[in-house]
Amino acid sequence: MLTLVIDTATPCVTAGLYDTADGKTVASRTVVNPRAHGESLSPFVAECLSEAGAAPRDLKAIVAGVGPGPYTGLRVGLVTAMAMGHALGIPTYGVCTLDGIAYGTRGRLLIATDARRKELYYGVYADGVRVSGPSVGRAADIEPDFEAAAGAGATLYPLPVPVLDDPLYPPVEGHAALALPRISSAAPTEILTPLYLRRPDAVPASERKTVSQ
Amino acid sequence: MPLVLGIETSCDETGAGLVRDGVLLGDALASSVDQHVRFGGVVPEVAARAHLEAMVPMVERAVQAAGVKLSDVDAVAVTAGPGLATAVQIGLAAGKAYATALGVPLYGVHHLAGHAAVDVLEHGPLPERCVALIVSGGHTSILLLGDLARDPIVHLGDTVDDAAGEAFDKVARLLGLPYPGGPVIDRIAKEGDPQAIHFPRPMSGPNDPPFAFSFSGLKTAVARWVERHEGTLPVADVAASFQEAVADNLCTKAIRACKEHHVDTLLMVGGVAANSRIRAMMEERCTEAGITLRVPSPRLCTDNGAMIAAVGDLLVRAGAPPSAPTIGAEPSVVLRGALISGPWT
Repeated sequence: MLTLVIDTATPCVTAGLYDTADGKTVASRTVVNPRAHGESLSPFVAECLSEAGAAPRDLKAIVAGVGPGPYTGLRVGLVTAMAMGHALGIPTYGVCTLDGIAYGTRGRLLIATDARRKELYYGVYADGVRVSGPSVGRAADIEPDFEAAAGAGATLYPLPVPVLDDPLYPPVEGHAALALPRISSAAPTEILTPLYLRRPDAVPASERKTVSQ
Repeated sequence: MPLVLGIETSCDETGAGLVRDGVLLGDALASSVDQHVRFGGVVPEVAARAHLEAMVPMVERAVQAAGVKLSDVDAVAVTAGPGLATAVQIGLAAGKAYATALGVPLYGVHHLAGHAAVDVLEHGPLPERCVALIVSGGHTSILLLGDLARDPIVHLGDTVDDAAGEAFDKVARLLGLPYPGGPVIDRIAKEGDPQAIHFPRPMSGPNDPPFAFSFSGLKTAVARWVERHEGTLPVADVAASFQEAVADNLCTKAIRACKEHHVDTLLMVGGVAANSRIRAMMEERCTEAGITLRVPSPRLCTDNGAMIAAVGDLLVRAGAPPSAPTIGAEPSVVLRGALISGPWT
């Protein structure tokens, strides 16, 4: 059972093929570039399929990280997953990106990614299981009820705990493992809804200014 | 004949359409315009969120309307620019995903070429040469077209500031009318006197570029008039007089372009081409000048997926090379050819 895994919620554009029968990643492509999600993702999927000697028709499910993450890149991943699922008639399943990064970790960890605007997307995990979040906010405002921090966002601002080198970005295995019960039971397809965690910061139109002197 | 799926998300409309051999088989359109009203204009982030929700449902609805299967699709055409960057990204990513999953070629096309191509669906193939006036909320351009799929597109002139549709939105706002301004001004102007106030026809002096437009100054002229006016504002007269100035400006320059370039067909497309006064004046002046006017029905004048499928259909049938899978969104790309990468022959 070949599953396509996609994550575009961090600067690391990720595509991978996971074989649920063997419990192994058979091909993956990543690039760390916050402005390359739209350019890279579909070619990455094609390259993974080619490396695995598989055709799109061989895919049985698609798993996508639904964020939280910067919006434009995140949407590229989700629309790619849903369009491919639609074209191939296969289900799509969403996984919280932070959960995927935390998968398999030990201890009480803060998992953080870059939310831009001097803020982080974060969640607190106990042995890989989320106990709070996902949230968005400044590093200085996060209640320090964890013993260490991980994720690429954890290195951006000072935190009162040690910062681990690993995990940094969402691994293909993490997302696949979290969706495995749904893949195995052929659960109904899901509409992939991004975890924006912020409203669009537009303000309603105000009184117009005069042009006459 | 190949079946082409077209996808459009450059502004606030999520469109999908299916075209085969110049025939529109089915299309579907979702708009987030209602969500932008309280902001007085399109908010890119609001539009993008709506595109993500509507994209796949629109493709499915278009496929059903066309009575085909997605697996029948032979090529995918998608707007790669110009437009709101975050909005274009969604359609482009979807187009790439459909092309990759279906194993068919992808054509990244220029949004404005789609506006010109859509008329083929209603009025048959374009003549060997024609002038196109593209007039919408985001664009105001006069183009010289040859073979739309193959030839370079010549820009005769563009707006130097606001697009005509933008001017309608801004004037509507200063008259206390709701967004979007185009339809409401069109309606209210019917009750007003178009000769009541003489607003300027910008860029029409002897030393001005003959095919360039400027609508920012016209909007300011209306604002000044409104601010200086005492007593009850004659909203219908202001709307009608403003609309008359825009219509006169567009018609004069478009007809002059046809005459100077010895072209006997004028194509008028884009959302503002749906304006009833502009259509009527253009018909009248074209008849006087012996020019054949082609205007798509209002439904196809505004942004939609059918127009992108239409330009994709022309490209596929002309044997154009598909776009590279690494193609990126180009939010401010200039129109040089139907393919976003420019002319290919």
